[in-house]
Amino acid sequence: MSSKLKAPCSLEWYSSPLFLFDIVPQTITGHAYPKFVKIVEVGPRDGLQNEKEIVPTGVKIQLIDMLSGAGLPVIEATSFVSSKWVPQMADHSDVLRGIQRAPHVQYPVLTPNLQGFQDAVAAGATEVAVFGSASETFSKKNINCSIDESMLRFEEVINTARERQIPVRGYVSCALGCPHEGHIEPSKVAEVAKRLYEMGCYEISLGDTIGVGTPGSMFKMLQSVMKEVPTSALAVHCHDTYGQALPNILTALQMGVCVVDSAVAGLGGCPYAQGSSGNVSTEDVLYMLHGMDIETGVNIAKVIEAGDFICNALRRETNSKVARAKGRTL
Amino acid sequence: MLAKCQKTFYVGFRAGQALPEKVKIVEVGPRDGLQNEKTIVPTETKIHLIDMLSASGLPVIEATSFVSPKWVPQMADQVEVMKGIGRIPGVSYPVLTPNLKGFQAAVKAGASEVAIFGAASELFSKKNINCSVDESLQRFNDVMKAAKEAGVPVRGYVSCVVGCPYEGKVAPEKVAYVAKRLYSMGCYEISLGDTIGVGTPGSMIEMLEAVSKEVPISALAVHCHDTYGQALANILVALQMGIGVVDSSVAGLGGCPYAQGASGNVATEDVVYMLHGLGIQTGVDLSKLMDAGAFICRTLNRKSNSKVAQAVCKL
Repeated sequence: MSSKLKAPCSLEWYSSPLFLFDIVPQTITGHAYPKFVKIVEVGPRDGLQNEKEIVPTGVKIQLIDMLSGAGLPVIEATSFVSSKWVPQMADHSDVLRGIQRAPHVQYPVLTPNLQGFQDAVAAGATEVAVFGSASETFSKKNINCSIDESMLRFEEVINTARERQIPVRGYVSCALGCPHEGHIEPSKVAEVAKRLYEMGCYEISLGDTIGVGTPGSMFKMLQSVMKEVPTSALAVHCHDTYGQALPNILTALQMGVCVVDSAVAGLGGCPYAQGSSGNVSTEDVLYMLHGMDIETGVNIAKVIEAGDFICNALRRETNSKVARAKGRTL
Repeated sequence: MLAKCQKTFYVGFRAGQALPEKVKIVEVGPRDGLQNEKTIVPTETKIHLIDMLSASGLPVIEATSFVSPKWVPQMADQVEVMKGIGRIPGVSYPVLTPNLKGFQAAVKAGASEVAIFGAASELFSKKNINCSVDESLQRFNDVMKAAKEAGVPVRGYVSCVVGCPYEGKVAPEKVAYVAKRLYSMGCYEISLGDTIGVGTPGSMIEMLEAVSKEVPISALAVHCHDTYGQALANILVALQMGIGVVDSSVAGLGGCPYAQGASGNVATEDVVYMLHGLGIQTGVDLSKLMDAGAFICRTLNRKSNSKVAQAVCKL
């Protein structure tokens, strides 16, 4: 069977019957929609990290403050990686110290290792995040080590965080496909999610890193992961590279997931498909949720304002269809 | 609060329905798509586009519109297009016929299926075609009669099914009324159009529940616009309710005349990608479809509105 598979990431591969060989569920579960969905705003970190232009610290701080003003409950503020690797995040300490922290809002930061964690805490971080991958090749190419090796690094961070009572969020990338390996087995995603959860992450965000997922593959992956991690501890981080983010999020909601990651103005392209979109836009997610009477506590108009602000600063158009439409309706 | 909980539960419960095994895609790019494009497209280009779409396996391709060229100059070459395309057996090539004169011209040019349009909003009907909803349906009586005599099937469209640029929210019962009228008049299928793309899975389900009380689900189609990025999510819930016919436009051709610069029709490539990912058969070859999209975008000198096309071109 595998010899017939075409190169991963070619369109033919993803639409070949062999890719769909596993029985695709014909029903979406009859789960009730959640009444409340927590939005995790990743624009200032995941979004800006993927933007080519270096954004001044003052602009980053203002963006985060505007997002805080919009009612978002979680705003990923920055990343304590080496500035050699991610120059965009070189001002991590200044950003964390400069933002106005709204009460009841969390400002997690990425901490890939113990050094990063310690710098983050010194700068005032009260929540951190670690990134695992469901793909060995992606792990090696991205952070130069195997999945197992990365877990050892994270264990150090998580244990130290526990001592300081700092909650840790876990991310699993390539949950629905890998730019190098192609198809990722749902059981592998479940395995990595379970490890992060058992190590002590309070929430696991499952990321469709290259946006190739559809409601079919989202359903199968979540079914697998939900056997190992409680649904209440799961989040979905969908990319909109193939336009599938909203139906994928809808599927996750139907299965009981109630935490959704998104980025204001759809900040952050896809490094694996030049010029394509990446993160799903917070505005478009909110529009859908509010249209379904699902509460978020977020003021969509204020998110659009924040989006306008950062797009002006980046001198580019928004990736949010809602922002684009609202800006130009009669 | 309790009612809200019950409603939420009911909605979730309905979502447990089986998805259709097959979905019929109605490709509206050459008509609805091009009609909304500013550049007048040469006749040979239109013909070549339709031929490429036929080759991709699409079962229904809306070819052109027999409206007066005074109103829609893009469709002035309706007869040449109709006569010029290569008709694949088993593929339908419906055309719009706003009145009896248009119908007669269409049949003369070789049309074997036609479509008529109603609106669920009174204001939209008045501003668009200068008469009330009831008056517009009466005008179609002539078309229906002639089509029946000629043995030509008629598809009915209802526009503004979840929102109107003038009236705002549209009552689901009004949509159901217009859909029922068109169906009783003899339309074999009713395509429910979210004309300004404001619908969400919430309003979509509410509307579909009302309409499906009056028209069998097997006779319903959804025509979602992606102006607010909601189209695929809306299509998904429609599928979950048992709807098996989806309208879309190659490369997402056709902007939104009510939100300048915003997108309009949902892109066929993105719909097919989702359906195939769900294991649903469409009969469509996605890469041939993308070839057609690339062709028309090159001709129009603009970027595709399809995210699948944008992503794949860069891999």
